[in-house]
Amino acid sequence: MLGTIVEYSKRWYRAVGGTETAAGGIDWETVGVHALLALSVFLLVLPVLIAAVVSTKETGIVTTPADLVPGSYAYENYRRALVDFNFDQFLLNSFVMSIVIVVGKLLLSLLAALAIVYYRIPYKDFVFLFILFTLMLPVPVRFVPLYELVVNIGWSNTLAAITIPYLASATTVFILRQHFLSISPSMVETAKLDGVGPIKFLVYVLIPMSKGVLVGVSVIMFVYAWNQYLWPLVIIDSESRQVVQVGLSLLEGEAMAGDVAWAMVMSGAILTLIPPLALLVLFRKPLLQTFTIQQK
Amino acid sequence: MTSVTLSDLHKEFGDVVAVRGIDLEIEDGEFVVVVGPSGCGKSTTLRSIAGLETVTSGEIRMDGRNVVGVEPKDRNVAMVFQNYALYPHMTARRNITFGMKSGGSFDDDEIDRRVEEAADILDIADLLDRKPAALSGGERQRVALGRAIVRDPDVFLMDEPLSNLDAKLRIQMRAELAKLHDELRTTTIYVTHDQTEAMTLGERVVVMNDGEIQQVAPPQRLYDYPANRFVAEFIGDPAMNMFPVTVERVGDGYEAVHPEFRLPLPAGEGLQEAAGSAAVLGVRPEDLLLASEADAAPGTFEATVQVTEPLGDSLLLECAVGDGALKVHVSPRAEISRGDRVELTYDPDRLHLFDAETGRAIYHSDPDATAAPTVPGDDRADPIDQD
Repeated sequence: MLGTIVEYSKRWYRAVGGTETAAGGIDWETVGVHALLALSVFLLVLPVLIAAVVSTKETGIVTTPADLVPGSYAYENYRRALVDFNFDQFLLNSFVMSIVIVVGKLLLSLLAALAIVYYRIPYKDFVFLFILFTLMLPVPVRFVPLYELVVNIGWSNTLAAITIPYLASATTVFILRQHFLSISPSMVETAKLDGVGPIKFLVYVLIPMSKGVLVGVSVIMFVYAWNQYLWPLVIIDSESRQVVQVGLSLLEGEAMAGDVAWAMVMSGAILTLIPPLALLVLFRKPLLQTFTIQQK
Repeated sequence: MTSVTLSDLHKEFGDVVAVRGIDLEIEDGEFVVVVGPSGCGKSTTLRSIAGLETVTSGEIRMDGRNVVGVEPKDRNVAMVFQNYALYPHMTARRNITFGMKSGGSFDDDEIDRRVEEAADILDIADLLDRKPAALSGGERQRVALGRAIVRDPDVFLMDEPLSNLDAKLRIQMRAELAKLHDELRTTTIYVTHDQTEAMTLGERVVVMNDGEIQQVAPPQRLYDYPANRFVAEFIGDPAMNMFPVTVERVGDGYEAVHPEFRLPLPAGEGLQEAAGSAAVLGVRPEDLLLASEADAAPGTFEATVQVTEPLGDSLLLECAVGDGALKVHVSPRAEISRGDRVELTYDPDRLHLFDAETGRAIYHSDPDATAAPTVPGDDRADPIDQD
């Protein structure tokens, strides 16, 4: 009996591509590592799984493990979130905001990195350090003056208010700078000798050569933009212009028999999660490459 | 077709002086190789000509026009880099045409015609639709050359273009570069650290060290009449043997006196000046020979064999003479082994004396040394002494 189990586990082990020791035995170290990985993946995914399960139930109150059986209210819950609670509008608003932030950030950061790497500017290193220094002053720290500024120029409750303050990104400039530095200087010199101008060089050489990094950075920036909560909450007061993260908190106010309607909240959460998750899954390769470049 | 003249060219990077006032005249259509150890300023010189470095002072003239301060693109030069500098996301054809299209001075038919022409010359017609990743090192370098050729530049600048290739391919590409130059006759300045490349490719070779030009001469002249000790030791492999000697007047003639030997020196210019002082005697390994194999031995000395290296076409011996060491090429099948004492003699026409302090060449025993012009009919390119 035990022999059969061992034999089957070996077959499975080979089937999943495990390595064996020379004697044909199982490499227990690899098994251990994989088990550990499986456990950590499970722990990380667990909240999402629970959210997905809860979103299919009527009330979503979980008190015993037996409550973690999928219910039959999935369609009803998601329909209500999308239709009754305007999640379709929130999702669209969030999407537009995130896309504007990503595109704007990329454009600005590409030009900044181009200037920092390829132009002869006095005090270039200082300028770059100054850009990095802005990392110490993220938007939440600037809330009060930013609020005053945005209100004064009449941007409150507009798309401009939730996108433009985010366009300058030291992180993106840094990542792009590092990537540009890794491109052989002789390519730039060839372009100079050929009379290729800086913008043409950016468009036809640098951007195609940085495709992977740009996609990776875009994914990170998209997720970051998508997750903005506090600033939109402060500056947007019309519900039709609100973003999905704030919309999600509106769901919490929806009570059901005196309790928070957790099933509704979780279906909202899952809806909110889907776009960035899809991007991460689609673009995981360039994303990983971007991080490897940073490690250089 | 363009001549290039450098006058008193200086380039400093902060405190580091890369080029210290060099003067060089390159004729229209000439193939000049600049050679020297790393850090000697050869690449900086080339990049200054290209306009990729701003010069600290001095002039660079192309056909008489001073191009200092002129944008690289307006100098009409093409450069070939060691790492080829091909854009990885473009096909070979697009790599070749990208610069031309940017210049805007060629129409599409003209570009197509030129690409076909260059592809024919370089034998890369089949490779034009491939991307660099799908090309071998040699093929990439050909494409890079193609990119330089199509623009029909006034001057080709090549910065160690063969250094990334393996030995066999390098020899093959070397021959092709020479052929290409014969066909196009475009003024070419070629930088390398490889003295074999310099000797085989250059119509004239410029030897640089420490930011200064040591000598400018055709390859054979450089080899036969090095202007100083640096050139003598840099050009030639294995390097020239050097012995500290004193020059003594003996009767009518002169002798080089070393603790282990006395060699009579054939009469020649410079001996009188050297008499009585310390000097360095230089003899190339192939100019030393076993006394037993020589027809006549003007003077002999003994050495102890320490290492034997059979090279196939010759046997290279590393010998000890007193405190010093020397290398000598002998006939390939000579029966000599480690520890043997050998009696050596030399070719009396191939001795060189260098000043012990400055390293400047003071005497070449070859009777033609003083008569031979640097370039036939051209006195301008006499060896330049920089001391």
